[in-house]
Amino acid sequence: MVDALLALVTDFTARNVVLGAGVLGILCGAVGSFAVLRRQSLLGDMLAHAALPGIVLGFLATGTRSLPPLLAGALLSGAAWALLLQVIARRTRLKDDGATTLTLSLSFALGLALLAFATQRGDARYAGLDSFLFGQAASLLPADVTLLVVVASVVIGLMALAWKELALVTFDRAYARTAGVSVVAIESALTVALALAVVVGLQLVGVVLMTALVVAPAVAARQWTDRLGHMVMVAAAIGASSAIVGAAVSASVRGMATGPVIVLVASFAAFASLAFAPRRGLVWASRRRRRRES
Amino acid sequence: MITAFFDDPGRAIVAIGALVGIAAALPGTFLVVQRRSMLTDAIGHAALFGIVLAFLVTRDLHSPWLLAGATAAGVLTVVLTRAVEATRLVRNDAAIALVFPALFAGGILLINLFARDAHLDADVVLLGEIAFAWLTVTTVAGATVPTTFLVLAVVATINALFVAAFWKELVLSSFDPESARALGRAPGTLTMALLACTSLTAVAAFEAVGSVLFVAFVVAPVGTGLLLADRMSRVLALALLVAVGASALGYEAAVALDTAIGPAMALVAGATTLAALLLSPRHGAIASALRLRGARQRDDVRALVVHLDSHRDAPDGLRENTPDDLERHLGWTAQRSRRITSRARRTGLVEPGAEPLVLTDEGTSEAARLAPPRA
Repeated sequence: MVDALLALVTDFTARNVVLGAGVLGILCGAVGSFAVLRRQSLLGDMLAHAALPGIVLGFLATGTRSLPPLLAGALLSGAAWALLLQVIARRTRLKDDGATTLTLSLSFALGLALLAFATQRGDARYAGLDSFLFGQAASLLPADVTLLVVVASVVIGLMALAWKELALVTFDRAYARTAGVSVVAIESALTVALALAVVVGLQLVGVVLMTALVVAPAVAARQWTDRLGHMVMVAAAIGASSAIVGAAVSASVRGMATGPVIVLVASFAAFASLAFAPRRGLVWASRRRRRRES
Repeated sequence: MITAFFDDPGRAIVAIGALVGIAAALPGTFLVVQRRSMLTDAIGHAALFGIVLAFLVTRDLHSPWLLAGATAAGVLTVVLTRAVEATRLVRNDAAIALVFPALFAGGILLINLFARDAHLDADVVLLGEIAFAWLTVTTVAGATVPTTFLVLAVVATINALFVAAFWKELVLSSFDPESARALGRAPGTLTMALLACTSLTAVAAFEAVGSVLFVAFVVAPVGTGLLLADRMSRVLALALLVAVGASALGYEAAVALDTAIGPAMALVAGATTLAALLLSPRHGAIASALRLRGARQRDDVRALVVHLDSHRDAPDGLRENTPDDLERHLGWTAQRSRRITSRARRTGLVEPGAEPLVLTDEGTSEAARLAPPRA
């Protein structure tokens, strides 16, 4: 741990990664709170997979690995597949679960097919695209961190502006509609915010683990409070601290990948909260039951 | 003869893909209906944890214990997810999203820490390569068969036997778990067994298609079946058909377009699902949109008939019953009143050509039926 802290001060890459991870943690905690409350915990997983075809298309279109076109492609692709998911879930008998698995696996299949196509074309420069699968924290550039900060500020700023509407739509869609709130607009905005968080996070934690960074801090925070505002703030704090601790630990132990450590720390926070949070936690509940019985 | 069949790589690859689809569709049909298909994704990813643990014990990448470990990890995922869900502190979707990434992350870290030099990579579960899956062969009873094919054949047989033996119970517990419980058919145990079959299948399918594409092999053919048929036996039959067809067609498409074979098979299966989504006569998006439109127009015609009837005897009745008034009184657009008026004329409820609008006898009795005159 001391090594890790020392590394933060002296090592440029490590400082960059820790800063980026912290900002990403805040963003994911805040956006994830709404996803968890709206029973869309697995939407993040779908969006992470759906980013792949967009990333490859962005690469094929521009021929560079520079981040902005890849992320734009990922965002567009995520939004398109999310739209398809919604149509399937609303209009057919497949419903949420089947629609999520279908869009998740098919978008990823499309991404793999495009990736193979790019490789077959002899485009050796595609190498490195698969770092999005598992995340490669060390490849994070200062410009990427700037992008993270900008995205997080914009998303959280907009969240603060539309706070009342967000709360209404999250807890009571029917009432929100009668109160004149554009439910579709708010829901779409939440989906785009989630897609943004997932897309900017892929480089750090990868496709598979992205979902945990969205869900785990929010689940942890939910156990400590019943108020939406508190939950979002606690989730952001847990997200940031898990990400910072994870990034610092992985920087100090040779060969440990960043994403998995971050996710394990966040998962630990979630499971610990489920067990020990006051009032809601399992330990409290069983003590209360015992007291009632005696 | 069997050996000769597998001499052609193309045939071997298509056969392996078809078997993945067949083995996946058997438990998949019930999982999708029970809205548990997301667990296949969780099971597939978490299997890495079991593979790594088994490897650390055996130190042999080809040990059958790796498969056993992966299957056990899949079952562990299901058990943990259900335990988290049972606390009622988080919902089902969050429980899934909490458990499998933790196990997957644990698997990667174990590789990072203890198996750096082994050729063990998270790729083994995430991405398969069906183009190479036929290369490793086993000889059984004098025939040389790709090992993956053999393993998948065994798993598909197990799944088929399970589904055949418990068909009634599976159907009942999929559609009406309460009744299944009341009848003592233990739906919980049955579901665990179903998910154990799924774990086994996911693990057997890794080498060929990887865990994410496996999800497509589960959900796309079954989705097609569900959109086209209403009986579980037909859903399953359609799913098997799509799985086999998609393997053959996907292979041809991949060769023609010079892309990866596994994803192409998944995409062909997905294309059939999307086609069924749009075009299915009963459950398709187009059919249900048309149905909705028809129902709305029928309601509008009823509103028109009642409206005309209520103004018939009023002194200003003739003035009220012009198309312009529909816009004013019913709040309809000009286009909507034109469409509904002509529909009402077509169905013989309103006199043809009359302006102001006059109900036919049939229209009058329809109005009386819809809004009986007050005594």
